[in-house]
Amino acid sequence: MPGTMHTIVALVEDKPGVLNRISSKWRQRGFNIESLAVGHSEVPGLSRMTFVVDASTNDVEQVTKQLYKVIDVVKITDITHEAMITREMALIKVRATRDVRSQIIEIVDIFRANIVDANPESIIIEVTGDEEKVGAIYEMLSPYGIMEMVRTGRVAMVRGGAVTAPLDGPVEGHGHTPRPHIGPYQGD
Amino acid sequence: MKLSGAQIVCESLLREGIEHVFGYPGGANLPLYDALPQYPQLKHVLVRHEQAAAHAADAYARVTGKAGVCFATSGPGATNLVTGIANAWMDSVPMVAITGQVVKALIGRDGFQEADITGITIPITKHNWLVLRAEEIADTIAEAFHIANSGRPGPVLVDIPRDVFQEQVEFHYPENVDIKGYKPTTEGHPAQIKKAAQLIADSKRPLILAGHGVIISRAFQELKEVAEKANIPVITTLLGLSGFPGSHPLYLGMPGMHGMYWNNILIDEADLIIGVGMRFDDRVTGRLKDFAPNAKIIHIDIDPAEIGKNVKTAVPIIGDVKQVLRELVAEMKPGRHDEWISHTHDLRDDHPSITIPDTDRVLPQFVIKSIYEATAGEGYVITGVGQHQMWAAQYYWNDKPNSFITSGGLGTMGFEVPAAMGAQFAAPNDVVWSICGDAGFQMTLQELATIVEYELPIKFAIINNGYAGMVRQWQELFYKKNIVASRMFNPDFVKLAEAFGVLGMRVNDKAQVKGAIDVAMRHPGPVVIDFQVDEEENVYPMVPPGASLAETVDLPKLEERLKV
Ligand SMILES: Cc1ncc(C[n+]2csc(CCOP(=O)(O)OP(=O)(O)O)c2C)c(N)n1
Ligand SMILES: [Mg+2]
Repeated sequence: MPGTMHTIVALVEDKPGVLNRISSKWRQRGFNIESLAVGHSEVPGLSRMTFVVDASTNDVEQVTKQLYKVIDVVKITDITHEAMITREMALIKVRATRDVRSQIIEIVDIFRANIVDANPESIIIEVTGDEEKVGAIYEMLSPYGIMEMVRTGRVAMVRGGAVTAPLDGPVEGHGHTPRPHIGPYQGD
Repeated sequence: MKLSGAQIVCESLLREGIEHVFGYPGGANLPLYDALPQYPQLKHVLVRHEQAAAHAADAYARVTGKAGVCFATSGPGATNLVTGIANAWMDSVPMVAITGQVVKALIGRDGFQEADITGITIPITKHNWLVLRAEEIADTIAEAFHIANSGRPGPVLVDIPRDVFQEQVEFHYPENVDIKGYKPTTEGHPAQIKKAAQLIADSKRPLILAGHGVIISRAFQELKEVAEKANIPVITTLLGLSGFPGSHPLYLGMPGMHGMYWNNILIDEADLIIGVGMRFDDRVTGRLKDFAPNAKIIHIDIDPAEIGKNVKTAVPIIGDVKQVLRELVAEMKPGRHDEWISHTHDLRDDHPSITIPDTDRVLPQFVIKSIYEATAGEGYVITGVGQHQMWAAQYYWNDKPNSFITSGGLGTMGFEVPAAMGAQFAAPNDVVWSICGDAGFQMTLQELATIVEYELPIKFAIINNGYAGMVRQWQELFYKKNIVASRMFNPDFVKLAEAFGVLGMRVNDKAQVKGAIDVAMRHPGPVVIDFQVDEEENVYPMVPPGASLAETVDLPKLEERLKV
């Protein structure tokens, strides 16, 4: 079955090892994760993860079911076919000597990106949008010499009133006790 | 009153009703062993290798229906458990492994005997924990048992650093456990159950394929009611053996790679397959795309991830097998299927599959069948992995529910010795026979010492063909008779048994087989019988690798075999 890019959102317990447990299921079935973004959710103690994977719908369904078996996964949804907003952010360091600087600034304006750092040799551009927009500005900047790029990976949210990978039932905040200190070894 | 982390582990295990623990001490879990004498109700069994602790806990769990417990120290102790944990994972057996870890300050610094056992066991446990404060031990152990025992059961691991065992904290055991991301469905959806009942009513050629789920949920009675109400023949998978009475007129034995020929043909012909607590494993289905080409499939399983994993399902029902079958039988109309049933009888009559030729040679099948007859299907039979396992599966048609214990999913050689030990601890008054391979036996035979120490009267029947027989069979059939690294240079098993203080016997004459079994049954202690059987006997029927069930090769007819 031909693959498509799937956007999968998971609500997970914010616990050590959770990323390992989840990526282990993808790895075992040979999936390559195109992008992954993780951060706190609206519920204390829970994080929301956005995965992008290139796979058939059937395969994704199988892995999603396997992921549900990870105890730390509270909810997981494939939102590929839903109306959704997707964004990612990139920082791009581009060579920008005096003679080309104004051209680069023009590109930055067209893409409604920002310049967040500058020195005589280079500037850092921050751009937010969907992957296509990030790809497009990258193409436009390439001729000037891209020194470095870093991308956050896609985050996604379903449009309208519905919550993406919602927590079923009442939301009771469960805070986090700090982990005891591991190392350095002082003898015991 | 404050207790140490180690005491809390023991208290927690007692709260969970644990009586036996299989384990081995070492530096990182010594505080736990230090606390054990304070809890004489908690009986610790010192194994001779941690793999055996896990297999013993596994079989113990299969017999009792509740999680078995094993202990190991950090590093090599913990990694020695891995095979046993993987085995329990593949066969959905509840197990709680408690490992010692290096002190907190050494974690992640390659401390002496450090192994990242929680990292290592992620893919083979339902969940695991590294507990970094003694206050969390009680809650963690309560969660561990809840997760191991509920839903689709499986192993879990709790890793505790040595200094956490030594911390002194208040002890409270939680009354109940509530985990946000873990709410197994046990009740089948009523609309799905109605649909299933309708499909059953409409079918002309239905078959029940029952698996381990029937045994795990103890749904013996419910399965019988469903089968009898609509007169549906029942086939059980390797792990489903003893989930349905062997002598029941509707029972047909095992399907699949070495299953009964008639079952593979019937699956090919069926118009409805009712999969009950099973997972359409490749050893059952043969070439997947040609599996049950004429059948709609009803799939009942507690694990949603099993639905649609291998076969397309017309009616999936997610839930506990026992509950679902109970609801299903209430929805079903009585049915007959007389023609279909008589067809199953005809097929059986026409095909030898498990006929034992009349010869003076000591055939492994004859030995295994003789043990089955001598025990009258009572007690427990444990097997290793290989040819002897398949013969045991073919010749044991037990009526006693849950009496056949084998390593199905992982196929772990060496399971036969420690698993027999675990079963005998769980069922001290039952006779336990371990059907062993000569090769598999040598993987874990050190446990004879444990068996003698704890006075377990296990009967070991080594089906000694001088080969890693299943490997030899594949080399003969699929690698042009290139027999490589499967010939076994074996020790003198009788002397070996005697060295451990076990009664040893050797049988190389057919006339002695039944007598030796009889002596073993009457001997009050453990026995090892070295059955020197025909070396090159092959297991049939067989679905060649990659073939479909319809292409099953049956056991050659008697006349052809006697020519050889
Ligand atoms: C731990 C392990 N290693 C290797 C194998 C591969 N294997 C499957 S059956 C078999 C032969 C087993 O020989 P034996 O125990 O003598 O049983 P037999 O087939 O001869 O009855 C082997 C090596 C396995 N299943 N498990
Ligand atoms: Mg052998």
